[in-house]
Amino acid sequence: MLLRRRTGWPAWGLTGPFEDLERLRNQVERLSGGLSQGFGEPAAGVFPLMNVTEDTDTFFVRAELPGLKGDDLNISVTGDTLSISGERKFTVENEKARYHRREREAGTFSRIVSLPGEIDAGKVEARCADGLLTIILPKAEKAKPKQITVKAS
Amino acid sequence: MTKTESKALQAKEKPEVSTPAEQTRPGLVFTPAVDIFETDKEITLLADMPGVKAQDLNIDLHENQLTLNGEVQPLEADSELDVIREYRTGKYYRQFTLSQVIDQAGIKAELKDGVLRLTLPLVQAAQPRKIEVKAA
Repeated sequence: MLLRRRTGWPAWGLTGPFEDLERLRNQVERLSGGLSQGFGEPAAGVFPLMNVTEDTDTFFVRAELPGLKGDDLNISVTGDTLSISGERKFTVENEKARYHRREREAGTFSRIVSLPGEIDAGKVEARCADGLLTIILPKAEKAKPKQITVKAS
Repeated sequence: MTKTESKALQAKEKPEVSTPAEQTRPGLVFTPAVDIFETDKEITLLADMPGVKAQDLNIDLHENQLTLNGEVQPLEADSELDVIREYRTGKYYRQFTLSQVIDQAGIKAELKDGVLRLTLPLVQAAQPRKIEVKAA
């Protein structure tokens, strides 16, 4: 695709109705892009929903898993892929209990996510506290950003 | 919960709620999912409140109005940048009107792994009693 001048000098060459249209299209794209960068729909609708964050050396994956303990989870890492599976079980309550509401759900789950970079699989840590799972995944050496100093000649 | 299910869990967004009173602090408020069941002696309420610590949970029973209010402290450090954000965090708030008379002194609450278990014993008078008829 040719590089095109977006705005500017109508006196120069290729101007016309299409350039205006192009400009409009760019603006709409920018607008909708800005929207989807915010909180979007859960990508796959796969349980559990995850929040992934990163700093320079580490990825952090968090998920809300109320009632689950570390032992109930299977977590494995290969390359840049993280997989979590497990089962949310409820203990059998009183058989004679009459239910008024039943909104919580039990069941099995399995999810695989690709992270944006390679992980040092040997140093991955996972914690589960207050129903929140936090997985700390240190980035592999080659995935870390390198600071480049500009030498004075 | 008479049998154990093993169906696959579906991802669900937490339902957002608008509280009756204006919030003093900005932030999102969610409705926790609850199970409520009743036996002859007590009402048990289980609520999913991931991320809430015991000291941040407020349970209030006032004139048969039960209010659950849980604050969540953010876990993320300032240096972290978002990659994917699928769920949001905020407070949990839910209010119930109880139809039965509750023995307020006997209420027990336990928060474990993000699940609140609230036991509300019914007062003696409200408990069904079988009356034996004696032969005269």
